[in-house]
Amino acid sequence: MAYTADKPPLPLSTDELRARIPGWGVDLDPANRPSVPRERFDPTLNGARWDFPERQPEKLPRERSVEHKFLTPVFGTSCPTRGVSGAIRKYAYRHHSEARIRHWLLLIVGDRVESLGSSLRSFATLRPDKPATGLRTELSHRGLRSRLGKGRADVKHHPLDPVIVLTPWVLRAGGVYVLARALARKRRG
Amino acid sequence: MRAMVYRGPYRIRVEDKPMPVIEHPNDAIVRVTLAAICGSDLHLFHGMIPDTRVGTTFGHEFIGVVEEVGSSVQNLQRGDRVMVPFNIFCGSCFFCARGLQSNCHNVNANATAVGAIYGYSHTAGGYDGGQSEFVRVPFADVGPSLIPDWMHDEDAVLLTDALATGYFGAQLGDIAEGDVVLVLGAGPIGLFAAKSAWLMGAGRVIVVDHLEYRLAKARDFAHAETYNFAEYDDIVVHMKKITDHLGADVVIDAVGAEADGGFLQHVTASKLKMQGGSPIALNWAIDSVRKGGTVSVMGAYGPVYSAIKFGDAVNKGLTLRMNQCPVKRQWPRLFEHVKNGYLTPRDIVTHRIPLEHIADGYHIFSAKLDDCIKPLIIPNAS
Repeated sequence: MAYTADKPPLPLSTDELRARIPGWGVDLDPANRPSVPRERFDPTLNGARWDFPERQPEKLPRERSVEHKFLTPVFGTSCPTRGVSGAIRKYAYRHHSEARIRHWLLLIVGDRVESLGSSLRSFATLRPDKPATGLRTELSHRGLRSRLGKGRADVKHHPLDPVIVLTPWVLRAGGVYVLARALARKRRG
Repeated sequence: MRAMVYRGPYRIRVEDKPMPVIEHPNDAIVRVTLAAICGSDLHLFHGMIPDTRVGTTFGHEFIGVVEEVGSSVQNLQRGDRVMVPFNIFCGSCFFCARGLQSNCHNVNANATAVGAIYGYSHTAGGYDGGQSEFVRVPFADVGPSLIPDWMHDEDAVLLTDALATGYFGAQLGDIAEGDVVLVLGAGPIGLFAAKSAWLMGAGRVIVVDHLEYRLAKARDFAHAETYNFAEYDDIVVHMKKITDHLGADVVIDAVGAEADGGFLQHVTASKLKMQGGSPIALNWAIDSVRKGGTVSVMGAYGPVYSAIKFGDAVNKGLTLRMNQCPVKRQWPRLFEHVKNGYLTPRDIVTHRIPLEHIADGYHIFSAKLDDCIKPLIIPNAS
C-alpha cells in the first residue's frame, strides 16, 4: 500500500493473465512499441521523394496562421472565406496569432455569423434548415428507454439541450420580426 | 456526388457537392467505400471547434478505392483498395522525418498547433472528409496504404483512427509489467486502449464510464474491471480505495472535450463553449494517478483554454503525455495484432448507417441511443 514500500499485490499473477488474455505481454518490450522512442530521425521513413513538396497552386487567396513563415505547400480548399464571416475570419488570421484568445474567439464569432446567415438564406430555398437534425431517431432508436432508469450522468443536463439549440432560433425569429416591423413603419411614413 | 454537409451546430444533412479535383500532383481522389463517425466528430457537430465552416464535409475515418491519381503519384493506381490514416502528412518535414506525422508542418496553413486532419474544420487545415462518396487525398504516395487481402473492411476502417489511437494511448502510458492502468471512458478509444494495455503487460486494467452498456462491453471485449462513476459520490476517492490508496500507475484519458461527471464544467464547456473542452476527465486522471505516475491524454480538446488542475500535476510529479496519433507508424505492428487475433476491432461496431441517413447516425451516437458504441457510414448502401 501507499504507506509502505511494497506495491499492492495484483488480483491475478502474470501466468494467469497470459493464460486468460490473448496476446498478454506481446508488447511488453518497448522495442515492440512503434512509437517508442517518441522521436526517431529517419528521413526515409515515409517514402517521400522530395525534400520540400511541390507547391499547390493558390487559385484563391488563402488565409494562413501568422505563425507560419509562408503558405504551406499543400492546403485544404474546402469552403473558401466569403461574406461577413469571411471578413471576420481573415481578420482573425491576419492580426492574431494562435497564442491570442482573440484569434479563436473571432473564429467562433465567424462560425456563428455564417451559421446564422446560411440558416436565414435557407428559408428562401425549398430545403430550409431545421434547428437540429436526426431527432426522429429519438422515436426509432429507443430515445426514452436509452435514457430512463439507466443511471446516466448526462441525463441531468439533457433538458438544457433544447434551450441551447432553440435559443439562437428564437433570437433570429425575434430579430426578423423587429426588422420587418421597423421596415413596415418606415414604409408607412 | 453525395456528401454529408455541416450547416451549423447540431445540424448536418446530405447534399450534392461538386466532385473533388486533383489540386496537387501528389493528390489522389478516392471513392469512399466505408467510413465511420468518430467521437471527436461530435465536437464539430456540437459547434465546439473554431472555424468549422458551413458546407464542410466531416469524416477522418474512411477507406476506399483509388479513382484518380495526380501526375507525380507512383505508389498507387486507379482501382487500388486503400486505407487512409486520419492524419494528412507530407512525409518530409522536420516532424514527419522524426515519426511525428500527426504534427506535419507542411499541410495545415491555418494553424501551427495542430497537423492536418480530414474533415476536421479549418483549424485542422480546411480539407473535406470522407463521409461522402469521394474525397481528395493529398500526398497519396506517403499517406494511404493498400488494404491487405486478408483484412476485413470494418477492421481496416477502424485502423485509420480509433484502434491506432487507443493503442497509441496505451504506449504513451509507458506501461511496465504489472502496472495498474485506469482508462477513463469506455467509448471506442477507451475500449481499444484498455485492450492494448494488456498487450503491454498491464497487471490490472480498470475502465470508468457512466454508460452501463459500454462498461459491459469493456468487461467482455477488453477483460476490464469496470466502475460506473454515476454510482459513486466521488470516483477519485473510489479509485484510491481500490488501489490501496496508491492510485493507478497509468491513467488514460479517452474522453476529451465533452466529459460528463460535473454539471458546471460540462455545461460551461460543451454547452456554452466557454472552455476548449470539459476538463472533468483530465482532472480525474490527474487526481487518480499515483504520484510519479503517467497520464496519457487521447481525448480531443479544442484550442481554447480549459480549467485543468495543473498544480496537482506539478506537485505529484506526473508525466503528462499526449499527441494526435501518428497512425501510419502504428500500422505494421497493429496489422500483426489483428492478424493474430489479439485485437479484434470490428467487435465494437454497433451501427451501420447509409450515408443518406447520416444525420440519424450523428444523433444516435451523440445522444448515446440504442446502445451505440461505434457507427459506420456506408456511402453506397443501395
